[in-house]
Amino acid sequence: MTGHDSHGDRWFDREAGPVVRPYAVTKGRTLPSGGASFGLIDVVIATSERQPEFLRLGPEHRRILSLCRRPTPIVDLTSEIDLPLGVVRVLLGDLASEGMVRVLSTQKQPVTDERLLRMVLDGLESL
Amino acid sequence: MDLNRFNGAVPPPGTGVGGSVPSTAKILISGGFGVGKTTLVGTISEIRPLRTEEPMSDRSVGVDDTRGVRAKTTTTVAMDFGRISFPSGLVLYLFGTPGQERFWFMWDELAIGAIGAVVLADTRRVADCFAAIDYFERSGIPFIIAVNCFDGAPRFEPEDIRIALSLGPEVPIVLGDARQRDSVKQVLVSLVRYVMSGNRRPNQVVRAHGAG
Repeated sequence: MTGHDSHGDRWFDREAGPVVRPYAVTKGRTLPSGGASFGLIDVVIATSERQPEFLRLGPEHRRILSLCRRPTPIVDLTSEIDLPLGVVRVLLGDLASEGMVRVLSTQKQPVTDERLLRMVLDGLESL
Repeated sequence: MDLNRFNGAVPPPGTGVGGSVPSTAKILISGGFGVGKTTLVGTISEIRPLRTEEPMSDRSVGVDDTRGVRAKTTTTVAMDFGRISFPSGLVLYLFGTPGQERFWFMWDELAIGAIGAVVLADTRRVADCFAAIDYFERSGIPFIIAVNCFDGAPRFEPEDIRIALSLGPEVPIVLGDARQRDSVKQVLVSLVRYVMSGNRRPNQVVRAHGAG
């Protein structure tokens, strides 16, 4: 896992390593509070500029809030702020329990939504 | 775990204040090591990095062999994903499934809400995609086989490949080239059409890794 970046074999250089262990920013918590589960392509939206009631916002919370002013899928958010997915989920759980973000969960039907499939098909065919 | 709980997000119109809410969908790109998964994703989409450092939870029991390494509580995966944004507001994500066995737990994560999967096969070593086929059959995720036609690889008729992979008659097999954009587009279109056709076998098993 070194920094060479040839086409088709792309790794991102993290040789320096994090300054802080990833789960230090979550104070060691590995699961979101309240048992929330966030899917990779769920969309996060910041809902409020107000100060949280119970949560002391860390810099990572603020970065998430700032990125989510525009509705942003969790996978893009995670890629953008360059923290591990598990960490982002915990931080999102904090923000969601304060009502500062809303997470639009993906659909829960057992059958894939026809409208979504049609959008995907039309999109692909237009490429 | 019910892998079919989520099937992509189509938010109600008019939600969101700071911009429109994208609809999101994902497709998995799977197959053996070196078969061209990353090439395929890069041919048709913008590639972005994703870092995961997942706690080894009960989700990975029986998957990650943690005997003798009890002290290790997290495992790190650096991976890429592809993203295609469409003018309709749809964002389609392509996730390559990690190859190593210790990353099986990531497959469940990736599989939740996936439209379906493309299993890339190399005719020089078809057995490499057995694990992927097994996984998708067991978890009830619709998949198609895309035979990546490498230069110099032996050419087979799709029906020979069907026999070699013990596939049912309903699973589409398409020949393609992971380096060619049009070809990749056709592969993805084939998958979506297959899912829409309802022609696939009903989901037999919902658990991805279970007692079975």
